[in-house]
Amino acid sequence: MAHLITLAFAAVIVLITALLVYQLWIHSALPRQRFGWRFLVTNAWDPVFENFGALPFIFGTLVTSAVSLILALPLGVGAAIFLAELAPPRISQRLAFVVELLAAVPSVILGLLGIFLLVPFLRTEVEPFLKSTLGFLPLFQGQLYGIGLLAASVILTIMIIPFIISISREVLLAVPVDQREAALALGATRWEATWRVVVPYAKTGIYGSIFLALARALGETMAVTMVIGNDPRISSSLFAPGYTIAAVIANEFTEATGNLYLQSLIELGLVLFLVTIIINALARLLIVVTTRQGTARP
Amino acid sequence: MGKVTEPEVIIGVPGYERTAEDAEKEARESGLKVAVNRLNFFYGPRQVLFDVSLRILERKITALIGPSGCGKSTFLRTLNRMHETVRGTRAEGEVLLDGRNIFEMDVVNLRRRVGMVFQKSNPFPKSIFENVAYGLKVNGTTRRVQVAEVVEKSLIRAALWDEVKDHLHKSAYALSGGQQQRLCIARALAIDPEVLLLDEPCSALDPIATAKIEELLFALIGSCTIIIVTHNMQQAARVADQTGFFLMGKLIEFNKTDIIFKNPARKETEDYITGRFG
Amino acid sequence: MNSRLGWRKFVNAFMLTLTGLCALLSVSVLLIVLGYLGWNGWQYLTWTFLTHLPAAVGETGGGMANAIIGSGKLLLVAAVTGIPTGLLGGIYLAEFGGKTFTFMVRYSADLLNGVPSIVMGIFAYTVVVLPMRHFSALAGGLALGIMLIPIVLRSTEDFLRAVPNPLREGALALGASKWKAIATIVIPASIRAIATGSLLALARVAGETAPLLFTSFNNQFWSHGFNQPTASLPVMIYEYAISPYPDWHRQAWAAGFILLMLVLIANVGARLILSRKSPALRG
Repeated sequence: MAHLITLAFAAVIVLITALLVYQLWIHSALPRQRFGWRFLVTNAWDPVFENFGALPFIFGTLVTSAVSLILALPLGVGAAIFLAELAPPRISQRLAFVVELLAAVPSVILGLLGIFLLVPFLRTEVEPFLKSTLGFLPLFQGQLYGIGLLAASVILTIMIIPFIISISREVLLAVPVDQREAALALGATRWEATWRVVVPYAKTGIYGSIFLALARALGETMAVTMVIGNDPRISSSLFAPGYTIAAVIANEFTEATGNLYLQSLIELGLVLFLVTIIINALARLLIVVTTRQGTARP
Repeated sequence: MGKVTEPEVIIGVPGYERTAEDAEKEARESGLKVAVNRLNFFYGPRQVLFDVSLRILERKITALIGPSGCGKSTFLRTLNRMHETVRGTRAEGEVLLDGRNIFEMDVVNLRRRVGMVFQKSNPFPKSIFENVAYGLKVNGTTRRVQVAEVVEKSLIRAALWDEVKDHLHKSAYALSGGQQQRLCIARALAIDPEVLLLDEPCSALDPIATAKIEELLFALIGSCTIIIVTHNMQQAARVADQTGFFLMGKLIEFNKTDIIFKNPARKETEDYITGRFG
Repeated sequence: MNSRLGWRKFVNAFMLTLTGLCALLSVSVLLIVLGYLGWNGWQYLTWTFLTHLPAAVGETGGGMANAIIGSGKLLLVAAVTGIPTGLLGGIYLAEFGGKTFTFMVRYSADLLNGVPSIVMGIFAYTVVVLPMRHFSALAGGLALGIMLIPIVLRSTEDFLRAVPNPLREGALALGASKWKAIATIVIPASIRAIATGSLLALARVAGETAPLLFTSFNNQFWSHGFNQPTASLPVMIYEYAISPYPDWHRQAWAAGFILLMLVLIANVGARLILSRKSPALRG
């Protein structure tokens, strides 16, 4: 009897998942019929004339995620290498714990700090500096608002670094001890043993952590919408305001007039959902493969 | 008491319908507690027990010896159908308890009648009292006075009462290894089993703890049939009335302990006894 | 040869420092968050704030009492819907589970875990808000509850599996049925860890804002029962932070401080409890 009760609840989980996909699908029927695949490549978001296209949001989502990955990767992997290989174990554990706490900070609180601390800092210090030194690149031209794609990217960086660190640290710790010992026995310095032997061995898992961080960044809503400027335009400069899929859903869902408008937002949700699922699956595949390869170290 | 030399299969007398009650009566009259007929055991596709047949006499100690991996523990675990807790196992053949097939019985009832003590003691994360009382509570006895009585009686039978009577509510994990194993014996005895299966109960214990357990086994014979698996030949020689020698999944020889150790009929038995192989 | 070795040693020391700086930087972000929030939030944490309703737009004063209670309501609904499901599902996976069905359940749970929280809000909207035709704590709580499921499922399963098999066997050999063995031995042995895991999961969803934006929405006043739009701490923080009123900004800091403190205390507390393993789980 107990077998059946627990089975029923387990089945409920499967049902909820199926229902979720189903609901996203049927509640985006209107725009899918009206726009078809063009939805993904149309650069328009016009509630008045009922012309909706996902391109500005896909652009904003991709740019902020990409920049945040570029920033978070060296920082995160560097920190993970330090914690897993180079630091004494007690310091490593304590610091790793603190990093995990950062992952627990709610998005809206980081957004709060984003608005009142990060944005002014960017506007008065960082962006002028970038403009004066790298202003020949279109990336760093235009008006300095503080808010915009750069601010959103930095906030995303802060949010995904803990994931990259904790997963990379785990896969590095899972590399068999004898690999490192073999390198050291051949006269390598600790850094050389780490960089030339341990890290390549754990490469796949580190890629997995990147994918996971990417999936997280794509779906991030609150902190992003508080600092990105919420403007559905495609521009070449990081200083410009932008919009992401998650941010536009958050902002316009309750204001959407008319079914096509609302369902277009839901279709955006569906797109986000599918992309996130695929990336998560890839990430897990990569991570599982690596942590199975070696025996974990104590 | 029947003579037990060659393993033999019980053949029904033609023309005579044996009912379950008849079988039970016959078993009781001949002093036969457990009869195993042609037991074959499989882990998935791999066979580990081949045509094992033997007779366990009531209120005697039967020892099963043999080298590591010969199947004696697997055999023991079929006697209370514990093998069914692992996926992919299959037992074919007949195992009769008092003449009735255990595979047709209610398994919970079977395990009340046939208790088991494991190789490594596995007390529950509860107090000493709660450990011994567990079997009683699970099987329906709830009256506090009754439970307390049975707990005391079981701890006495397991030769542990004097050491724990003032600490019944301490955690079982506070006991030493040998004490924990005697606690597990008390726990098994609490539900008054007719058969007690012991799977290498002393392998993790020092000689003094081992001696204590062997002593209490002798005292239990009055009320219980004991089957003990051991890799320690001296132990079998010390305690058992009957001994069975397993090798590579087959029961090579089964006889009075004296005969097995002093005058074995099979060469493999003799080789093992004299230590020619582990 | 010597200069080459010297260079390698330099690189070694340099990289040690560089990666150490990366780690330090990552850690310092959390400290900056805590520090700034603590400094600003603590200042504005007044008794009025904790006990009053929000003031009218543009006026100063008022508080977030309704948001605090509202968050409590949402977490209650979430706990009631999500924790039992994850718990019983976890028991199924750890103790019963057949091959294909187990795979499906795990896969579904992983899928749910990866769903962006805003999409979860859309789901709750279509399933609860649309049929009811209004926002409610029920809808918001349900969104949070579904987010709880995969977390509770995974941690329950892990903790149940950590209970050593000999304990199960001991119970079964004494004539306990499979379910009795689970209920009287396995679950009690891991109950502390499971409860802590559920608490951690609750702390995780307590800070979620996106799924509430169009499910429980918001409310300037008290919401009665679970069928009305309900204020919550995260949503209030968001609304106040993006508003143009400095007084509301101050209140956002205070609310953020409360929220962060609760989340961090739950996390640190859970970690401490879990690191002290019960004797049964020690091999």
